[in-house]
Parts: sequence; C-alpha cells; structure tokens
Amino acid sequence: MIPAAFEYTKPSTVDEAVRALAEGGEDARVLAGGQSLIPMLRLRMAAPTLLVDLGGLGELRGVRDDGDALVIGAMTRYADLLRDPLVRDHAPLLAQATATVADRQVRHLGTIGGSLAEADPAGDLPSVAVALDVSFEVVGPGGWRTISAADFFVDFLTTALGDGEMLGALRVPKQDGWGTHYEKFSRVAQAWSIVGVAVAVRRENGTIAEARVGLTSMGNRPLRARAVEEALAGAPATAEAVSSAAARAAEGADPPTDVWASAEYRSHLATVLTRRAVVAAGGIHAS
Amino acid sequence: MTTVQERPAGEVGAARKRKEDARLITGRTMWTENITLPGMLHLAILRSPMAHARITRVDTSAALREPGVVTAFSGRDVADTQGSLPCAWPVTEDMVHPDHPPLAVDEVRHVGEAVAVVVARDRASAVDALAVIEVDYEPLPVVLDMEDALAEDARLVHADKGTNKAYTWVFDSGEAGTGQGVDAAFAGAEVVIKRRYIQQRLIPAFMEPRSVVVDPTGDQHTIWSATQIPHILRVMVALVTGTPEHKVRVVAPDVGGGFGGKLQVTAEELIAFMAAQRVGKPVKYTESRSDSLVSAHHGRDQIQDVELAARRDGTVLGLRVNLLANMGAYLGIVTPGVPLLGAFMYNAIYKFPAYRFVCTGVFTNTTTTDAYRGAGRPEATYAIERLMDELAVELDMDPVEVRRRNWIKHDEFPFDTVAGLTYDSGNYEAATDKALELFGYEALRAEQASRRESGDPVQLGIGVSTYTEMCGLAPSRVLGALRYAAGGWETASIRVLPTGKVEVVTGTSPHGQGHETAWSQIVADRLGVPFEDVEVLHGDTRTSHKGLDTYGSRSLAVGGIALVNACTKVIEKARPVAAHLLECDVSDLEFADGAFRVRGAPSDAAGKTIADCAFAVFAAHDMPDGVEPTIDADATYDPGNFSFPHGTHLCATEVDAETGRVTIRSYVAVDDVGRVINPSIVEGQVHGGVAQGIAQALFEEAVYDGEGNLLTGTFIDYTPPSAADLPDIVSDRTETPAPDHPLGAKGVGEAGTIASTPAVINAIVDALRPYGVSDIRMPATPERVWQALRGGARS
Ligand SMILES: Cc1cc2nc3c(=O)[nH]c(=O)nc-3n(C[C@H](O)[C@H](O)[C@H](O)COP(=O)(O)OP(=O)(O)OC[C@H]3O[C@@H](n4cnc5c(N)ncnc54)[C@H](O)[C@@H]3O)c2cc1C
Repeated sequence: MIPAAFEYTKPSTVDEAVRALAEGGEDARVLAGGQSLIPMLRLRMAAPTLLVDLGGLGELRGVRDDGDALVIGAMTRYADLLRDPLVRDHAPLLAQATATVADRQVRHLGTIGGSLAEADPAGDLPSVAVALDVSFEVVGPGGWRTISAADFFVDFLTTALGDGEMLGALRVPKQDGWGTHYEKFSRVAQAWSIVGVAVAVRRENGTIAEARVGLTSMGNRPLRARAVEEALAGAPATAEAVSSAAARAAEGADPPTDVWASAEYRSHLATVLTRRAVVAAGGIHAS
Repeated sequence: MTTVQERPAGEVGAARKRKEDARLITGRTMWTENITLPGMLHLAILRSPMAHARITRVDTSAALREPGVVTAFSGRDVADTQGSLPCAWPVTEDMVHPDHPPLAVDEVRHVGEAVAVVVARDRASAVDALAVIEVDYEPLPVVLDMEDALAEDARLVHADKGTNKAYTWVFDSGEAGTGQGVDAAFAGAEVVIKRRYIQQRLIPAFMEPRSVVVDPTGDQHTIWSATQIPHILRVMVALVTGTPEHKVRVVAPDVGGGFGGKLQVTAEELIAFMAAQRVGKPVKYTESRSDSLVSAHHGRDQIQDVELAARRDGTVLGLRVNLLANMGAYLGIVTPGVPLLGAFMYNAIYKFPAYRFVCTGVFTNTTTTDAYRGAGRPEATYAIERLMDELAVELDMDPVEVRRRNWIKHDEFPFDTVAGLTYDSGNYEAATDKALELFGYEALRAEQASRRESGDPVQLGIGVSTYTEMCGLAPSRVLGALRYAAGGWETASIRVLPTGKVEVVTGTSPHGQGHETAWSQIVADRLGVPFEDVEVLHGDTRTSHKGLDTYGSRSLAVGGIALVNACTKVIEKARPVAAHLLECDVSDLEFADGAFRVRGAPSDAAGKTIADCAFAVFAAHDMPDGVEPTIDADATYDPGNFSFPHGTHLCATEVDAETGRVTIRSYVAVDDVGRVINPSIVEGQVHGGVAQGIAQALFEEAVYDGEGNLLTGTFIDYTPPSAADLPDIVSDRTETPAPDHPLGAKGVGEAGTIASTPAVINAIVDALRPYGVSDIRMPATPERVWQALRGGARS
C-alpha cells in the first residue's frame, strides 16, 4: 500500500530536530530506520503529517566508552551494534539479542533507538534494556533528561517520552563479570519472539549472587521476572535450583493470546526458556 | 506398451544453467508492473471489510473531486454490463453456480471482495481517493465452518440458492466397474482404521503480486497480466465481456511464480478491462501484498473423513473417503474440480480393490479457493499416507513393509487402478530402496529406539511417504467426461529463420519453470542446432496463438510431445529440400547429428543441415517442384493418458518435548519423473515443492476470526518459511521412462509438494507415539505439538 501524504524534513543537528518536532506538534513523528514506522504508514495505521528523519544526525550514531557504562546513540543501527568491539566486550547480551532481530536487511536499517521507542513488548531489545537497567537519555524542548528503564516502558507501544521529546542515547551498564544469554523462541527464523528471555547472572563461589531476567512478549511491555530473580539470588548454582526458580517465570506476567500462540503456551515457554537462559548465562552444568 | 526412443547424446539430460535466470533474478525484465504506456492511468480497488453484508449505498462522488481522479465507480454502476466471472468446471449437472460479479453489486460475501474502484493519474492519488468513497453495509449473518454451513437451518452465503451445498460428486468402484463395492470389503475386514484429517486453508503466496495492464487504444484490446493462463484468459474475457475474441490480445510477460494461484480469471483483470474501456486509456492495477493475501484465491481447506479396511497381514481391502471441500464464497475457474483431481489419487500406489469417494462442495463467507500446487493430489496423498502409517502401528509392522505389501510391483504396469486410471509405468521398489539407503533408515530406527529408551526430551521421529500423481493434464476426452469445459492438448510451432536460428513458440506459459531452457535443449538435440540458437517465445496470444498454458505438471508432459512432433515435422519438410540440394533421392537420405547425408556416407561427409535447408527455402531460387518453400511446422498434441511419476520421501524430525518445537534433521527425496531433460531444473522443482509441502506441515495456515476477518493477512502472521527454516534436502532419482512420451519424460512440478507434507507429519507423529499421540493438526506448530503431548499424556 501507499502511505498517506506527509511532509518530510531531515535535520542535521539534534537542536534542529527538536525544533522541527516542536513545530510539527502532535502530528509530527520521528523517523529512524523506518522498519516499524514505514510498514505502519503503508498500512495506513499511522498517518503523521510530518516525518522528522534522524538519519542525518551523526552525533546520535555510535558507541562510546563512558567508564562503567557504554553510551550508545539512538541512531546506532543493529548492524553497527553487531560489529562494535565495545558492545561485544561489555554488553554481549545486547549483541546476542540484536543478532536475533529479523533479517539482515532490517538489521542494516533498524536502530536501537527506534526499537526501544517503538516499545513493542514483542521486540527483542526492550526486554534486554529492562534486564540491564539501561538508562534512557532523552531530549526535548526542555533540554536533556534521564529516564530509567523501569519508567520508560509505560504500556503497549507507549513510552514515557513527553511531547516533542525524542530518545537521544542509551546508557548501558557494562556487564563485566556477568554471564549473559538471550533465548528467543519464534515461529519462523525471521520473526518476532513468541517469547524471549534475556538473562544476566553474576556468580560468586558456588552460588548465584545476583540474576536479572527480562521477558519479551509476556505482557503489554517488557517485564522483569522478579520472582525468578528473587529465587535465584543466593541460590546454589545447580540445575535443580535454576529449574525451581525458572518455574516462577510467568508469575505476574500477562501474556497475550494471538495468532502465533496462546497465553497459556507463552507462560509455559517462559519457564522452559528462562531455565535454559539461566543455565547458559550462568554456565551451570547438569548435576 | 510403446517403446521409448533412445535418449540422444547431447543437450537433453545436461544440467544446463537456465537461460532465463539472469533476467529473472536481477529483475531486469518485463514484469507487468514495469509496464508504462503513454497516458496510462492507475486503478485502486476498495475492498469489503465485512465477510457478509448487504450494500445499501455506495457514493463515489467525493472521490471524483479528489486531485488526479479521472473516474470512480462501484458494482452498481456496471451491474448490467460487467458479467460474471467464469467457472469452467461444473462438476455435476445440478451444481449450484452462483453469479460472481467482478465488482460486488448488492451484497458482499467475503472480506476483500471488490466493491468500488478509482482511476487516477497516479497510483498514490488513486489509493488516497479510496478513503473518501462512502459505503453503507448492513451486516448479514456469517457462515465460516463447513459443517455449520451444511446444517439444516444454516445461514446462507447465497440466500437465493437456498443451500450452501455446491454439489455432491461420487465415485464408487463397484458402480464404475473398476473394482469391488466397498461395503463388502469392509464387511470382510479384520482391521478398520477411521480418521478425520483437516487440510488447512493455505495461501499460494507467489512472489510477484498480481498485476494487470489493459490498453484499449489499439485495434486489439491488449491485456498484460501476471497470469499462468494467457490463452484461457483471452477466451474468457471474450465470453464474459462480449468483446470479439479476435479483438482481444493477452500477454503474460515474465511472471514471478504462480503455484496455481495465478491459474485464475480474476475480478481484478475484468475490473481493469472495464475501467480501461470507460476511460479509453491504458489502466494499470498492481495489488499490494495485503490485498493479495485476502483476495487472490486460497487453496486446500478440506475435511477428510477416511476409513481404511485391511487384513491383519497388512493387505488393504478398501477405502472410503467422505470429503467436505470449502469452495469459499464463489466458484473460481476450476474450484469445484480441485477435489476431483484428488479423487483419482486416494488409492495412490496401492492395489486395493474397493474404493468409494464422496465429495461435497460447500460455500462459506471466505475467500474463494481454487488450485494450489498439487490441487487435490496433496490432500489425497496425505490422507492415504497417514492411514498407511496408522495401519502399520495397528499391526505393529514397519511402515515401509505395509506399503511394500500393497504397492503395485514394477512388472505389473500398465496397471488399471481402482479409481479407473491406467498407470503407465513405475518402479516403487527401486525408488524406495534407494531412499532407504540414502536416508540410513536402519541406523535412524536404532537411534530412535535408544532415545525412546533413555527418555530423551528430544525425540526422534521417522516419516515415510510414497506417492504417485497424475501429471500431464490432460487427455481431452477424460476432461470432457468430467464435465470440464476445455481440452487438454498443447501446441508448439517451430520457425527456422533464414540464418539458421530457431524460434520456438509454445502454448505453455512458464512463470518460473524454465521452459525456455528445457525446450531449447530438446530442440537443439532434435534439429542439431546449438542450444544458444534457439529462442523460445511464449505467453503472448499474438505470437502464441493457441495453447492451454501451464499448470498440473503438464507443460513438458504434454507440450513437450507437441514440441518433439513439431521438430519431426520440420525434419520431414526439410528432407525433400536437402535431397534436392544433394541431388539424391529422398529415400537415400538419413538425418543424424544435425545433417542430412546420403545413407551409409561417413559422418564427416558433407551434408545439408537444417540451417542449409532454411536458407534454401528462404531464397527459394531452386526448390524441387511442388514443394512449399518453408520448413516451419506446427504440432498440436492431445495426450492419450496422464503420466504417473512417483517417489519415496523420508523425513527425520527431532521434537523437543518441552517446547513442542519440531526440527527437520534430514530429508531424502527420491523421485522418479521418467527421463530427465535437465537435472538441475528437476532438482529445483523438487526442492521448491518440498519446501512448500513442509510449509503446509509446519508453518502456514490462513486463519479467520469468528467474523470472517483474515487474521493472517500479512506475511508476518501467515509465517511462510524462509531458507533458514528449511532443512538440507537430499534429492535423487530413479528413472522409469514414460512409455507414452517420445522423450520418456513425466511431470515434476508438483511432486515435492505432494510427497513432503505426509512425510513430515508422519515423522512428527512417529516421534510422539511413545507419548500416546496418534495425530497432529497441521500446521504442527510448537504450540499444537505441546498441546498434543499434554493431551496424549493425559489419555
Ligand atoms: C520483517 C521485519 C521483521 C522484524 N522482526 C523483528 C524481530 O524479530 N525482533 C524485533 O525486535 N524487531 C523486529 N522488527 C522491528 C524492527 O526491530 C524495527 O527496526 C524496530 O522496531 C524499529 O526501529 P527503527 O529504527 O526502524 O524505527 P522506526 O521504524 O523508524 O521508528 C519506530 C517508532 O519509534 C519512533 N522513534 C524512532 N526513533 C526514535 C527516537 N530516537 N526518539 C523517539 N522516537 C523514535 C518512531 O517515531 C516510530 O514511532 C522487524 C521488522 C521487520 C520489518
């Protein structure tokens, strides 16, 4: 299909972009990689009157080392993340999840900022972001501010971004010393997750000192599997302990029923995939 | 039994790279969508969002005021002139055949039905203007389920018809005299296996969306369409619109796949034709993928109640089939006949003596169904191959052994089947033995046993599927007996140009199959000209006047014979010319290695080639008396029988009992398609077919919600697999020549699709047997497998 008519602008600085968004008002939309937005326009499920293309903002593209965190520009493409040595060394979970997104074509256009701003609970990066407590650096008419991952995802396709605000960068805490794993389950290879589980585990001696578990497609937004995390904290690093903790993966979740899977099946999958992800992340051997 | 000519050494049998691929793969060719004509306008179609409703008002006036809009109209505006889309296969005398207007007039009967159109100067303006067309719908009750539709007080898709039943068609071997009556067979049975199988609805999902351009400005109205059937379309446009046939030209330029989905005379083609006539200018319509999924015809969608009678030694005694076939809301070009193509295949490769088949066609408020790769035969093969596995389990016998005990032996051909066909040739023993060896059947069975023993959470399953299919549609007298409106012959013309290059015109209409390559190979060998010197023309009624197009694995099986016959005629016409040039008697000449020589002369002796003769008739300065100055020839061939390729496919699946995920670990396809013209084309057809059959088994299903909305209206939801979801396919062949074909070739277009679906499902069920599971609905999604495991464990 063909999108409805719209105006288009491609600013070359963040300030220009913010101004363009303000002038465009309610019907202005940011265009990043277009991999979610353009299909919506073509199906006429969205019909903004102005598109502000961030493709010209070099300052928002790239990965920077900032001490205990990486700062990743919102316009950094999936393919950039996959090639980046800093991401590989300090945020391997992000790289692993990114590699499961869609296909090569989509990964060369889609951006980390677009993926998070889209706030699709079936997207693979939002659950990683909540698992890692990524902070969201956003900019708008009132300047820059920081939103926590816990606060950023408000509802289905809804974020805490205010009027005229856009996502500028992500602060991703380094996971040095953590074991991580992303376990994705989809109908066909190049598709969204039916369920995905993002796990980071820190081991101390024979126990699991701390675990973070993010769930994809288990509710109206990316979730933390708190019950699993609590059960794992201080638990022995054994297959049995992991199994019994993972059995609580769907607690408090509200998974959807759709053409791909029922809520019941998703809940079941969450427990299996969580177990597998924790086992892989924690290097836990069958006893 | 006719003997098969020796295969000439040369092009035929060589794995030539396909000539057409460079342009098809790069897209640098003429697809219908690429066509731009002077003054061309663009059409957009407003489609029904309701599955069943009365249209109480359509107002297109606001659209007329939109920028760029030239005209807009609805079904009511053309109600008296638009005619009805054709169904060429009224399978019974009393078949209910509802009107099928290209544009809905008073009522819509499925979501996606065309309601109104806009013609504008550019495509975007046309699409924009659709938004301001006002349509008032008064909802009518929706009927989606076939059994509901046949109930006493059912809601009706076509109220004026008083029923949702399109027809009931019966074949009974006792009555037909092709075997015994089934009741006696069942009465004498020691084992009866009774099952219900569901053939889910599929969407052909060709790569190139449908597209049509109509130019009404010349002496002939020209229609370019992404169709499989340009010749049939021409006849049908003439009949439906009343335009004299000689005033209609149809061109199928390069077409990006069809799989039966473009074997149709579509509403969109006729709407574009009407629109072009109205505005007096060329008009183009290209559908979006979303339009395509909801409005192009769907396939399969049958409920199969099947019952097999056998003795405890494994001998099958008889089969009863009771079929419900979902027609959708209307009848497409061959909709009612699709299940009948399956009727002749339920007995498959087996010899059992009694068979009864009853099929009821049912209307529902869904997109019309019609041919999809295999058309009836995959459904039939699935049912019998699932039953053979169930019989094996019941008798605690190896599934290969059960088949072996029932199949026709290689020395029993030609074989008259219980369904009334005569199978031409085959060697099921050889194909199966080869497949078992390539697969490593015994080793896999051993591994399966040990994994069952150890309670491995990932279980191994082995699926067997044997098949035959009727290819080469079709002997015209058989089609006549089945009440099909057209014949099944095919044509070929050969024109030898003055410089010795050859133009071949075929009545087949390739849309990805590689006819240009295969036909060139055949002609190169027959006429002794280089492969590169042959140009194959097709798909334009101006050059290819007659033909019956491409579907049903018919092009080589039927069109190939016309081609060989035309070559023979060229040689015969060239013979007196060559004799004249060589100053010898016609009877002294022989034609070999591309030249006429005096019989007995050494092969390096000077002779006269076809090119020499072509130049001689072009100049025509020195022709023998009474000989026409041409060596060009046409041939039309009507087959005396179908051809029956066959094969054995084996599939090993690993099933994760925790998640229900099925992974195909290995897949072996041994097909016998007779003599092979080009092995790499055959392999490509097998691979693609297997992929499509696996897609039915594991991935694809058109799903409607309770209101008749298509939930799988995008590829994201319909989940067609990509290469990443498919296994490596080991494909090999045995070669049992077709006795009725001068090249010994059978068809290969549908084999993979027919064989693979039951191979995969049999493998999954085999893996799940230890859990008490004996069936799984298609597609066997992880969730369905998981549910079956839970259900099996409970029971
Ligand atoms: C075939 C296909 C398969 C896919 N499969 C997957 C998959 O398996 N897993 C997965 O996670 N995703 C998948 N996707 C979605 C893909 O990841 C998208 O790229 C991503 O969701 C959006 O990123 P984008 O840069 O393309 O954003 P766009 O499409 O340009 O924008 C998306 C939304 O975010 C807004 N936005 C973008 N950038 C900003 C910003 N900096 N500040 C504020 N708002 C912004 C836009 O206005 C828009 O509303 C798939 C997409 C396709 C087409």
